[in-house]
Amino acid sequence: MAGAASPPESAAEGSVLEVSGLSLDFGSPRGRIHALRNVSLSVPRGRIVGVVGESGCGKSSLAYAIMGLLAANGEVTDGRLLFEGRDLLKLDQRELRAIRGQRLSMVFQDPMTALNPVRRIGELMTDIQYRSGRSPAEMRRRATEMLERVGIPDAESRLAAYPHHFSGGMRQRICIAMALLVEPALLIADEPTTALDATLEVQIVHLLKNLQRELGCSVLFVSHHLGTVAELCDDVVVMYAGEVVESGPVREIFHRPSHPYTQALFACDPGRIKQATRNLPTIPGELPDLVEPPSGCIFKDRCPERFEPCDRLKPPAYAAGEGHRAACHLLSPCRPLGSGPAGEGAR
Amino acid sequence: MWIYFGRRLILAILVVVIAVTLLNAMLHLVPGDPAVMILGPRATPELIEAFRVRMGLDQPFHVQMATFFWRLLQGDMGTDVFTGRSVAAIVLEQLPFTLTLIAVSILWAAALGIPLGCFSAIRRNSLLDKVTGLLSVSVISIPAFVMALYALLIFAVELKWLPAIGAGEGFLDSLEHLILPAFTVGVSWVGYMARIVRASMLEVLGETHVRMARAFGLTERRIVFGYALPIAILPTVTLLGVGVAYLVSAAVFAEVIFARPGVGALIVEAVDSRNYPIVLGCVLVTTALFVLATLVSDLVNALLDPRARESL
Repeated sequence: MAGAASPPESAAEGSVLEVSGLSLDFGSPRGRIHALRNVSLSVPRGRIVGVVGESGCGKSSLAYAIMGLLAANGEVTDGRLLFEGRDLLKLDQRELRAIRGQRLSMVFQDPMTALNPVRRIGELMTDIQYRSGRSPAEMRRRATEMLERVGIPDAESRLAAYPHHFSGGMRQRICIAMALLVEPALLIADEPTTALDATLEVQIVHLLKNLQRELGCSVLFVSHHLGTVAELCDDVVVMYAGEVVESGPVREIFHRPSHPYTQALFACDPGRIKQATRNLPTIPGELPDLVEPPSGCIFKDRCPERFEPCDRLKPPAYAAGEGHRAACHLLSPCRPLGSGPAGEGAR
Repeated sequence: MWIYFGRRLILAILVVVIAVTLLNAMLHLVPGDPAVMILGPRATPELIEAFRVRMGLDQPFHVQMATFFWRLLQGDMGTDVFTGRSVAAIVLEQLPFTLTLIAVSILWAAALGIPLGCFSAIRRNSLLDKVTGLLSVSVISIPAFVMALYALLIFAVELKWLPAIGAGEGFLDSLEHLILPAFTVGVSWVGYMARIVRASMLEVLGETHVRMARAFGLTERRIVFGYALPIAILPTVTLLGVGVAYLVSAAVFAEVIFARPGVGALIVEAVDSRNYPIVLGCVLVTTALFVLATLVSDLVNALLDPRARESL
């Protein structure tokens, strides 16, 4: 507890989380799937960083890797996960547990399965405060207060209810209340609105934004929904097939997407298509096989702008604007800034 | 809630009626006139006829059944052909022996099988898991009566550690007499339960809510026993409810092999001598026992699972 409560301030970065060069494999019958390769990003204090990409790009694996909750066949092969100055990959289970649920918490994708079905909401919410040293009455009072803040009506009497008494949207509010109840330095939200319908999605996003502002924690928001990310996040990291292809402030990315993948992603966003159409556009081609990732640029096979160096060289992260980087050879006339795609540029 | 119990009661009655009717039909299909069996080969035709009338065996099948259930409604389960004693008294006299055997067997099997299943799931692929898995399959696949015979030969006949036959008198003596029968009746259930608890535990431990509990830094002990076990145990509880029916048949051989008194021994003896009223009485009691056991297991499920509780 002592180690986690008074972390050495990494003032130089000013960031809560620094992911650098993270590589992650999953064992499979076909061979090792290189799910993440050399992923770097940082989450500055008090900011919301969005991670976007299509299904299978490794964004959820990244979230679970940070939490140390990878499936049994997952293995981090390289890189560092600096959280409040400590490398999470070097901690043992006991030290990790001291951080989880105190400095680091998480909201899961599907609220219908995230809450234990045989425990009451009040029990779930007091259980997670077991290290706080508060009295049971105090824990319940805080739980009630947090439930009210996330908009659960009649919160006090709802402590006795079971998860199945609530709708999906309400359950996700409860999950958010639980995640924020422990006053984390970083909240990881893994597609928290994917399982909800569109109106609820807007409500949940506003709720997260307001609470983040009030509580001042940082958020790593994983999503495949561009509109949500634009609405909520300060910075964006775009991932494709296990690599970071572009990162930067949300305004930069949305106004001047520099990587062909990001541009293609925007072209396919139903929210940005002005003309009514029956056929939604898609990016032609398929995700590369991650058992043997191709050499050169990871996006080359689907890229409309493919040219000579793409097959030979893996593009480093080039500067594309203020705090904005993209891993694409098209930007190579610009001055290259080292190898990490995000690094200090995400500030 | 009351609708639930009403429904269960109707279901229970239906189960009893069907079971008894089926059994009665089977008894009638067995070759050999019960009257001849009971009175012996030298009985005169007049005697046999008189006996058939007295037992109601001259009536058509459906009338016999109607009479049986009508008497049953009045609390009369019939009378023993030989002694003329009430069947209810005879069966109830034997019931405690069988109930004790079943209860002790299932309790020790659960007390061992459930923790073994839990630890196999938590320490998956460990030595304990592998040994448990192997032993479970072995004890499930060895027929219980073979196990009983060998246990009898080894521990009672050869080593003379434990008594071979009877139920014993007084608490300690009865306990000593229970060890071998309860061991043989329960041992395959240790295997069953270890397998089932392991499987459902593994499933529950893979669910998102367990991941969420881990994400909040709860201790592994709390996650396993407070979050996963109450859910993982539900299929086992249901299995135990159904299992009581099988345990009754297991009790039959255990009581025969170990020469213990009990409903099982009573049934075998009664079938042997075509003593229909006793057979019917025993089946009635065991069927009721089965219905009661499934009801209890449903109620325990409801106690553990709020979703089941509310759908009652």
